[in-house]
Amino acid sequence: MKQVFSRPQSLKDVQTHFCPGCNHGTVHRLVAEAMDEFGIRGETIGVASVGCSVFLYSYFDVDVIEAPHGRAPAVATGAKRARPDRIVFTYQGDGDLAAIGTSEIIHAANRGEAITVIFVNNTTYGMTGGQMAPTTMVGQKTSTSPYGRDQHKDGYPIRMAELLAQLEGVGFSARVAVNSPKNVLQAKKMIKTAFRYQVEHKGFSFIEALSACPTNWGMNPLAANERVGSEMIPYFPLGVYRNTANM
Amino acid sequence: MSEKLFVKGNEAVAMAAIEAGCRYYFGYPITPQSDIPEYLSRELPRLGGEFIQAESEIASINMLLGASATGVRCMTSSSGPGISLKQEGISYMAGSELPGVIVDIMRQGPGLGGIDASQADYFQATRGGGHGGYRIIVLAPNSVQEMYDLTMLAFDLSDIYRIPAMVLADSVIGQMKESITANPRPAVVVPEKTWAVRGRAEEAPQNVVKSLKLGDGEMEAFHWALHARYQELGEKESRWEEYLTDDAELIVTAFGSTSRIARTSVEAARNAGFKVGLLRPITLFPFPKQAYAALSRKCKRFLVMELSTGQMVDDVHLSVARDVEVGFYGRPPGAGSLPTPEELFEQIEKAYNN
Amino acid sequence: MRHDVFIAGYGGQGVLLAGNLLSYAAIHEDKNVSFFPAYGVEKRGGSAMCTVVFSDGDTGSPVVGHPSVSIILNQLSFDKYAAKVRQGGICIVNSTLVKCDGVDLPDVNLVQVPMNQLALDLGDVRMVNMLACGAYAGKTGALALPSLEEALKKALPERNHRLIPANIAAIRAGAAAVQG
Repeated sequence: MKQVFSRPQSLKDVQTHFCPGCNHGTVHRLVAEAMDEFGIRGETIGVASVGCSVFLYSYFDVDVIEAPHGRAPAVATGAKRARPDRIVFTYQGDGDLAAIGTSEIIHAANRGEAITVIFVNNTTYGMTGGQMAPTTMVGQKTSTSPYGRDQHKDGYPIRMAELLAQLEGVGFSARVAVNSPKNVLQAKKMIKTAFRYQVEHKGFSFIEALSACPTNWGMNPLAANERVGSEMIPYFPLGVYRNTANM
Repeated sequence: MSEKLFVKGNEAVAMAAIEAGCRYYFGYPITPQSDIPEYLSRELPRLGGEFIQAESEIASINMLLGASATGVRCMTSSSGPGISLKQEGISYMAGSELPGVIVDIMRQGPGLGGIDASQADYFQATRGGGHGGYRIIVLAPNSVQEMYDLTMLAFDLSDIYRIPAMVLADSVIGQMKESITANPRPAVVVPEKTWAVRGRAEEAPQNVVKSLKLGDGEMEAFHWALHARYQELGEKESRWEEYLTDDAELIVTAFGSTSRIARTSVEAARNAGFKVGLLRPITLFPFPKQAYAALSRKCKRFLVMELSTGQMVDDVHLSVARDVEVGFYGRPPGAGSLPTPEELFEQIEKAYNN
Repeated sequence: MRHDVFIAGYGGQGVLLAGNLLSYAAIHEDKNVSFFPAYGVEKRGGSAMCTVVFSDGDTGSPVVGHPSVSIILNQLSFDKYAAKVRQGGICIVNSTLVKCDGVDLPDVNLVQVPMNQLALDLGDVRMVNMLACGAYAGKTGALALPSLEEALKKALPERNHRLIPANIAAIRAGAAAVQG
């Protein structure tokens, strides 16, 4: 019998701590599949961030460094410069990358560090219990924006894929979603391209993955996935924002 | 013997780092230590290494963390305001048991302060500096030669004990030039870094460098293990220098630049017929308690001298026998506040005749 | 024997180069040397100063409160630092720019050398610092003139080595000016 579905080699055979309907698992899988396809598991160093993604080392079967909150791009810079023959990726959430770590991501990108950054945008701080994130939608209620995000006081949700695409050091920047089979297939392709950039020495690559957080959104998984399509994608359009090597 | 070189203290640090095998430097400009990144930005690329002027002190310490996690020797340097920013990363490195060398050429504070010599970051350095309850190795050179030698030692101790190591000096030691011998790297055996992340070869166990410890009892055990390592450091690695202490009734004690000034004052005091000696801690963590304890059983009193209102004096109090007197003379840092040997001599005279 | 010398002037007079030259000369004579450039707020006011300590043994304090020898190149530094020279010490002043008349420095050997004038006579006013070093060596005997001349190779950047003969002439002129 032909096996049509199996666990990627780069993922461990363990159950995750992610909540039901959380998209982290899907993104993990797509990243692992990309690693498998390039055969780079044995030469990859992952950099975990702070938040729900901190347990990277529990799920990915690769060496991992755990970075302080927001600093994963700086940690990855140090690791990649010391081991330029290794594949180095960071996996960061929106509070980590787009708030406390804004400086580190912008400058790592601007230096054109030869790393791959997987950025999971679920419009909230998941691990700490659903506080307002820099990507929280206008009007979205969170535990620290109980009346809804007010753009006059809290500013606007930040679009990282577009922002980083302005930087000359960036090779590839794209935004994907995993809320539908079609989007998952597209996301898989984009994540693979992001790793191809590093494997083929084409420079810094960035993937923003829109992701559902049913628990903190107070929704069931289906409704959460629908919200990704109905609320997030219109504000955070999917697409490729920079692709210097035309991959 | 190698040729005598005439270099700045800061340059000696950079030269020693290279001799120690450090090829990775991450930093951010700040006076009075910029000679270090300037030197290394010139030399490291020629040696196949990497120099990064980071976007911030926070980024530079985290680059250090990332590079160190892969097993290479690496260094960062700064001064007070920048060292404060680095504390996050230093805490994570301590929690992740990562080696790495941090050079602090102290300037005045609090806040922006000023660029004159200061020893007021003693507490910050010797008490860990960041959150969580940890210590780092702190070495306090008092000459350009020691800037060279102790920087190499910092790399070795840091690798052996898997504790970040700091070279703590000030702008006097950093900016002054002295004749030194560029000693070759000592033949110290450091353990293989089997814990480093390098990308797993097939079948090799997964290596994870992390400070998150959630297992039942895991963190407590970690703290006790660190504690034991600190004890071991104290027993094996405490370093100090004694000068004319044998028959001394008064022991002057100071570290770094102050110890240099004090040495001349002690000499003058001897010439004046006072039985005075100098005890200089070379390691500030571990603090050489044993030396203080031993001398305190022989002498009548100690006189602690610092470029602050008194920080190391606390460690002296904790280290000496109970009935010995501990006096203090401090000049908090600032323009025009560097004490002269003549000034310290007066203090010695006063303490001696007290 | 431990020697200390304090040098002060304004920025551009080559104070730090003079300190470096004396340091290299002392190293040439197998001494231990500490060269301490004082900097800080005054730097912005345009003054420059440094201390050089050299010794067969330990150099001790790089900071000197009362120097045994001071070399003072301008009036401002003279007014501020001349009185610090220790009793029995020597104060070498650039008398072209410093008016010492009526100044009482008890038990200090005040040596006046018209350094700017001598430098102009040599054809280059930038030689003031070399004249000062020559005067120091000539007056104190703490360093030999050939050591100073040898030290020029190290103290001057390669691109200025063509100026070494002119510098040697200035060092010698400085030494000659304090003889007899």
